[in-house]
Amino acid sequence: MDALDGNAIAGQLLELFGVEMTTAVGVCAGCSTRAELAETLVYIGGPGTVMRCRGCTAVLAVFVTVRGLTCVDLRGLSAITS
Amino acid sequence: MARAAVSRRLNWQLATVVRTIDETDEAKSIILRCPDWSGHLAGQHIDIRLTAEDGYQSQRSYSISSAPDEPLTITVVRLEDGEVSPFLTEELRTGDEIEIRGPIGGYFVWTEHSGGPLALIGGGSGVAPLRAIFRHHKVTGSDVPIRLLYSSRSWNDVLFRAELEGSPDVRFALTREWPDDWPGHRGRIDRDFLEHEAFTSRERPLVYVCGPTAFVEAMSDSLVALGHAPERIKTERFGPTGTS
Repeated sequence: MDALDGNAIAGQLLELFGVEMTTAVGVCAGCSTRAELAETLVYIGGPGTVMRCRGCTAVLAVFVTVRGLTCVDLRGLSAITS
Repeated sequence: MARAAVSRRLNWQLATVVRTIDETDEAKSIILRCPDWSGHLAGQHIDIRLTAEDGYQSQRSYSISSAPDEPLTITVVRLEDGEVSPFLTEELRTGDEIEIRGPIGGYFVWTEHSGGPLALIGGGSGVAPLRAIFRHHKVTGSDVPIRLLYSSRSWNDVLFRAELEGSPDVRFALTREWPDDWPGHRGRIDRDFLEHEAFTSRERPLVYVCGPTAFVEAMSDSLVALGHAPERIKTERFGPTGTS
């Protein structure tokens, strides 16, 4: 599966965070790469949406929606600044 | 956009199809009217949600292909095994209503204040948001130097052909088939073509690349190899899979 990027989930991020998030800067907890969320690797179409660091490919965030409830796991982000 | 900046609860709205335009055998532009539309920036997209009679829902993102002051328009290419695009290109009629939400996205956006020179590089239907930027640049009478490089399978697959053909600011590349007397680029956009047509790295262009993932990766790798600053390159990748 080809990776897309954060633009592909801009709507989902806006829905979850309430503000435009593709220009927010995320810091990878693994390798400290700083990047706008639009530039991260994003995999959709699986059971959840997975966001990975373009620098080291570590998982930054996972979003899983079940019956209208979304679980947001930001385990791989040490900071987000919008 | 003032209103959009304040209240950003992203709600689904009903939009009415005002008109559809055949762009190619497989692509249509769909002009929508949405009573509660807050206006958009060039490069933004909308999400579309279709609901089947049994309640099954399918959702996709489509770039807005019209300039901010023009009626809201998306341009959809039918994917053979698609779930949403065949409906949008074959079933949807003037007067029909569909659910949309937006405008969405703040990264892949160009305004008059963003500056340039402006290099727009599109592969296939990745030209849609670039066409919004290209038109916005024209409509606002911007004096920023601009160049659109547009890669397409064949001349028959070129979207917005009547509008882009003949523009001194557009360069076409045809990757699969071309007429015998084709004066444009033959084959994929390569480093050499970028070097000659997309401004030099010394001119520090602002570059927007949109297309399938493989196209975007190839373009951005070539641009960086040519000395363009990564922070001046904005990329947007799309694929056939949406969120449902």
